[in-house]
Amino acid sequence: MQDEKNMPSDTKKRTQEVELLADMPEAGTLLSSSNTATQDTQLLKETFNEKYKWGFVTDIEADSAPPGLDESTIAFISAKKEEPQWLLDWRLKAYKHWLTMEEPDWAHLKYNKPNYDEIIFYSAPKSMENAPKSLDEVDPKLLETYKKLGIPLAEHAALAGVAVDAVFDSVSVGTTYQDKLAEIGIIFCPISEAVREHPELVKKYLGTIVPYSDNYYATLNSAVFTDGSFVYIPKGVKCPMDLSTYFRINAKSSGQFERTLIIAEEGASVSYLEGCTAPMRDENQLHAAVVELVALDNASIKYSTVQNWYPGDENGVGGIYNFVTKRGKCQGKSSRITWTQVETGSAVTWKYPSCILLGDNSVGEFYSVALTNNYQQADTGTKMIHIGKNTRSTIVSKGISAGHGQNIYRGLVRIQKGAENARNYTQCDSMLMGDECGAHTFPYIEVKNKTAKAEHEASTSKIGEDQLFYCNQRGISTEDAINMIVNGFCKEVFRELPMEFAVEARRLLEVSLEASVG
Amino acid sequence: MTTPLLEINNLHVNVEGNDILKGVNLTVNLGEVHSIMGPNGSGKSTLACVLAGHDAYEVTEGEIYFMGQDLLELDADQRACAGIFLAFQYPVEIPGVSTKFFLKAAVNAMRKYRGEEELDAMDFLDLVEEKAASVKLNTDLLDRGVNEGFSGGEKKRAEIFQMAMLNPKLCILDETDSGLDIDALRIVADGVNKLRGKDRGFVVITHYQRLLDHIVPDFVHVLIDGQIVKSGGKELALVLEEKGYVAFEDCGTGCGCG
Repeated sequence: MQDEKNMPSDTKKRTQEVELLADMPEAGTLLSSSNTATQDTQLLKETFNEKYKWGFVTDIEADSAPPGLDESTIAFISAKKEEPQWLLDWRLKAYKHWLTMEEPDWAHLKYNKPNYDEIIFYSAPKSMENAPKSLDEVDPKLLETYKKLGIPLAEHAALAGVAVDAVFDSVSVGTTYQDKLAEIGIIFCPISEAVREHPELVKKYLGTIVPYSDNYYATLNSAVFTDGSFVYIPKGVKCPMDLSTYFRINAKSSGQFERTLIIAEEGASVSYLEGCTAPMRDENQLHAAVVELVALDNASIKYSTVQNWYPGDENGVGGIYNFVTKRGKCQGKSSRITWTQVETGSAVTWKYPSCILLGDNSVGEFYSVALTNNYQQADTGTKMIHIGKNTRSTIVSKGISAGHGQNIYRGLVRIQKGAENARNYTQCDSMLMGDECGAHTFPYIEVKNKTAKAEHEASTSKIGEDQLFYCNQRGISTEDAINMIVNGFCKEVFRELPMEFAVEARRLLEVSLEASVG
Repeated sequence: MTTPLLEINNLHVNVEGNDILKGVNLTVNLGEVHSIMGPNGSGKSTLACVLAGHDAYEVTEGEIYFMGQDLLELDADQRACAGIFLAFQYPVEIPGVSTKFFLKAAVNAMRKYRGEEELDAMDFLDLVEEKAASVKLNTDLLDRGVNEGFSGGEKKRAEIFQMAMLNPKLCILDETDSGLDIDALRIVADGVNKLRGKDRGFVVITHYQRLLDHIVPDFVHVLIDGQIVKSGGKELALVLEEKGYVAFEDCGTGCGCG
């Protein structure tokens, strides 16, 4: 490839095409079944209902707080993390505020509210007590878990070019590439470590984008957050590799409350990936995370999520409640924040990664694929708050509903008075499979500046019998045809994902859709 | 005697409670081009869909053999892999899935079915260029979603292009001439004629005789009200053109005329 410049242009084009084709999933083998509508439906169902593959439990002794939440639990967490007093005070302030709040019910979701007295707010694998100094000291069982998840945790596997911070229940178990990144001034570590090692940075930014009083779940998180990642990219540095975190809930009845803070200084850029899994359990587990991003002048942050928490079984029993607050602030001029998410897991998702476009000429982007199958529900979307001049935002949302799944897009575009020439483009597409699922769209658009423009396009389609027959007639099985059609539908979002993640996202979508249309 | 490519015996087909085909008999051998002509609603497209295995069509009586194999045993995708190709009257769009990617999946599904190795991307693209040229199809179109934003003529050419790519045994053309101007018609017909040969059979379904000026059939069958009422050579199409289908419609007295 280093001779690419000298290649004749058609050869170059050809090479690109070959790569493009190679990147696509292959059509599978033919299945023999007879030729009736119900059989096809059955196949559709099977296609979309493969078992959750990440549902194993790692048998590790855990060091946990007793269930329930009071000030002593918070003190316990804070002590475990060896935190300074200011942070404990902040946590307690949040907790007191939380007690005055009501759990929100404006979302288009139906579920039994979590019983906060039964949740274990802190759970660490016991072997973390004497925290490992290097990866070699990490419990092999933990490493085995991550291996099953396909995470390149061990340094040698990091050939994949991804630096990984892995969070298991409430603690971080090892961060790869830390030293190498440190050489160019990048800090990538568990947030609990950042609190100890870089208190001035944490203190300066923590809670500035999502204040402790922001909303019910964010406030809860502020009180009890356990771990998460901290990323600091200094002025002018382009992070040379994708940074990645994997979250996994393992202990029974435990919640996961991670908190992530990413700061990109002037002219810095970073691409951050996050993946999530959890074991299969028949109760609902709570995941209430907070992510805060800050981009200064000319900085850019790309935050990609593949969320695959356990979605519950085909009858809607169990699964993760994914109640997450993610917000980024384009503080500096010409800064850019891009959220890309592929949400295939969780029983209930409540999540609106947002951008505050404060700096002039700043850009906010949100690309989302949300899939709900069986009895999953997702109320997700974004908020784009235009404050600076010439700010631009793009929203592309693809919702796929199958089984009894309910998919809700909820988005706010607010263009404030001073946002001269602000632009927003929103595209919101829904795909339905079968006739028992639902898609709902709640766009809110507030424009307070005459020079601003906001566009909204929406569509709803059904996977057509005609499309399936057409694919079948070309020799492509119904299963492969569905995957192909769904992938085509999501293309605009997938192309925003880093290559490796795009492949994983496609595969996840296939697995999550196994057994759908009824 | 060699096994016919396609053998349809006394085929009865019901769609949503209505009998559409009422005892069709047809035999197609390798190397032959058969044209099925008939007025709107006579059951022409139904015949095409039944052969291709669309599951909304219920076969209530009769049998279909394809190279000696009971076709009704096979699903639509298996029939395609066995060598049946249907050029659709109204090809559907599949947004976001490029024609190249789609066809690569199709070609390889068929190769897998036959126990052959999958085609690699280089060989596949060579084949694409060769076959696209045969129907004067701009290969830039093939990077777009399947049929997405194609003009009527482009869609029909793309169907013939796909046919050439997949190299079927039996080609069924369902009103491929509809919506085509005379130049486009000629290009499509040229593409089809290049595929004619002793290893392949054709069933060309059309309402009008004009397509048959370009794709000259060996046999012409007149389908009216779910039955083939008359069969003959290519000259039969000319008679139809002149006298219209009315001349072949049953007088209703059961005298066997028409």
